[in-house]
Amino acid sequence: MKKPWKDLFKHPIIENPLDQPSEHSRRKFLFKVAVLLNGAVGAVLAVPVLGYLLGPVFKRNDSYNHWVPVGNLDQFPPGETRLGRYRNPEGTPADGQTRTLPCWVRNIDNTRFQVFAINCAHMECPVHWFPQSKLFMCPCHGGVYYQDGAVAAGPPPRGLYQYKYKVAGNQLMIWAGELPTLSTQASIAKPGSKTCLG
Amino acid sequence: MSGIKQKSLKLYQWFDRRLGLVKPITEAAEHPIPKSSASWWYVFGSAAAMIFGLQIVTGILLALIYTPTAQHAWTSLIFINHNIPLGWFIRALHGWGSDFMVAIVIIHMTQVFMFGSYKYPRELTWIVGVFLLLMTLGMAFTGQVLRFDQDAYWGLGIGASIMGRVPWIGGELVHLMLGGPIIGATTFSRFFALHVFVIPGILLALVAVHVWMVLYLGISEWPMPGRLVRRSTYVKEYEAEIHQDGVPFVPDAAWKDVTFSAAIILAIMACAFFFGPIGPSGPPDPTIIQTVPKPDLPFLWVYAVFALAPPALETPLLLITPIVVICAMLGLPLYAGEGEKHWSRRPVAVLMVSVIAVSLSILTSLGQHPPWSPVMDAWSGDAVQPKYLKGRTPLQRQGALVFQQMQCRNCHALGGLGGQRGPDLDMVATRLSESELIRQVLQGGGNMPAYGNALSPPQVTALVSFLETLNGNERPAQNDVHRLMQSESAQSPGHSSDESQ
Ligand code: FES
Repeated sequence: MKKPWKDLFKHPIIENPLDQPSEHSRRKFLFKVAVLLNGAVGAVLAVPVLGYLLGPVFKRNDSYNHWVPVGNLDQFPPGETRLGRYRNPEGTPADGQTRTLPCWVRNIDNTRFQVFAINCAHMECPVHWFPQSKLFMCPCHGGVYYQDGAVAAGPPPRGLYQYKYKVAGNQLMIWAGELPTLSTQASIAKPGSKTCLG
Repeated sequence: MSGIKQKSLKLYQWFDRRLGLVKPITEAAEHPIPKSSASWWYVFGSAAAMIFGLQIVTGILLALIYTPTAQHAWTSLIFINHNIPLGWFIRALHGWGSDFMVAIVIIHMTQVFMFGSYKYPRELTWIVGVFLLLMTLGMAFTGQVLRFDQDAYWGLGIGASIMGRVPWIGGELVHLMLGGPIIGATTFSRFFALHVFVIPGILLALVAVHVWMVLYLGISEWPMPGRLVRRSTYVKEYEAEIHQDGVPFVPDAAWKDVTFSAAIILAIMACAFFFGPIGPSGPPDPTIIQTVPKPDLPFLWVYAVFALAPPALETPLLLITPIVVICAMLGLPLYAGEGEKHWSRRPVAVLMVSVIAVSLSILTSLGQHPPWSPVMDAWSGDAVQPKYLKGRTPLQRQGALVFQQMQCRNCHALGGLGGQRGPDLDMVATRLSESELIRQVLQGGGNMPAYGNALSPPQVTALVSFLETLNGNERPAQNDVHRLMQSESAQSPGHSSDESQ
């Protein structure tokens, strides 16, 4: 069989010169040293590269979160659930429209609130609140939650994620900044803070 | 005349003396292949390469205008669609090219599998091909993110949620994928880097290796039933076949490759022209929650799996299945590197391909019209048709109103309109008795939420009396017949006591 590549790597002019055996072994050794040196430089270089790449990973969990306002209290009448908006506390103008995020605020009786993440606990799709049937429905795979965030139907493995909240003057503040997922949850109950009151 | 000829020959020699590529390339192009392989079945690989070329060209064209930032990406796509002459067409070519590329790569792989071409000595060619498939899918997913519309935004959420399910390092993976705690500028930029630098680079390198191996090992011969691949004899047999019955790749087989590639590019152009660019859908504003996020065509089947998998199995299924499938594909040629090539002697292979093809198409078509999603605006959009209200009592009509207002419609169809999440209610009264209806409404169950908290007792009464009219003029549910009989027998106590004696 004719091999199409057989001439590819054969230099047309210079035949491979053979060194003196003694010279050769010395250069072989030098080459090995050079390769080792290169490896060492590469390893040192890898430190900043990996540090840069994995920066977001090494940040401690929860250190992304801050208290952010979701609106004035009068935006959230008692007995109702309304859409609140907050700005990503660590956002930049480069985020564009993704900088402002929604959440569902349930005012139970003016002293107790529940602030739910917009994200379905199944796959993060945005849940809608239906005040008539008092249900949150998810458009993606049919997850349904009751008004207190508990799963009513569908595939979600847990109830809606909840943010910690506090009332500061006339403002409702939530502890937010991180996309809630099964391993990065919005509400990490801390001692001494009000959380989920169903 | 001969002067010009000589001059051009000299020019050619000048280049070839310095380049040295003409001879090896000509030899590669004319390398002999089995005559049987100069077939229309062997054209998919080159078509995939051709589409890849189209994607590179259209991708670069788009990059001339596209603004790769989270802030401006969406607006710049709208700008390309509407303000740049033929911008829509280039976008359409790139979008449809992507779908075609995924399809052709999969078809190519299926053909190679069915023909047993992955067997010795071409195991590594197949393994590189598996990585090419993964990279192609990676391009499709990252490309969808770069469209940075609503679907892209929530699609990233789905990705993050899958990462978040990985045990122990889930949180770290989420942050790594998003480039921070939340979907934003850094998330977008890393997907841009993946789509434009990292994955294309890997793709180019792998394509080069893949093609090199095809040249080095020769194109697989047309399989014959009963002709087994053996490590000890295969190469000799192959070389003998080529010696006896070989034809040069160019032009004997290549004309088919080139023709098919042209047809495919033409098909992409037709789709682009008639169906236009894919998206973008609404802007990536997470506060616009009136959206039904959906992945692109190549991932619709995954979307269906998410909805249909039993919740308890979902996480293991999500995390383990891809690893198992990829390992199985990588291990296939190592496990079955010898033996029969012909499909007629490999029933398991045929069965596997059919099962996978059928399930993928069913899941994809389900994903296109997902029956598991509530129709979020059915309650306000689809009215109760007059035929369900004619001749009804005020209470029953009140019930129809409750039915509409309480979003029952989002999951239950009536007269063919509404969601498919729950059963159609056209004939519900023939399935459930009054008491069963009340129980179902109040307590839910069978994947239906309980409405006990949302409905007042009069609303329940009205709703159930409306639901009881939905019997399509057939006899009512069994239990009601029972109840009728009971009340009849209660009216004639003598009769029942007779029976008991
Ligand atoms: S994302 Fe809500 S049900 Fe799947």
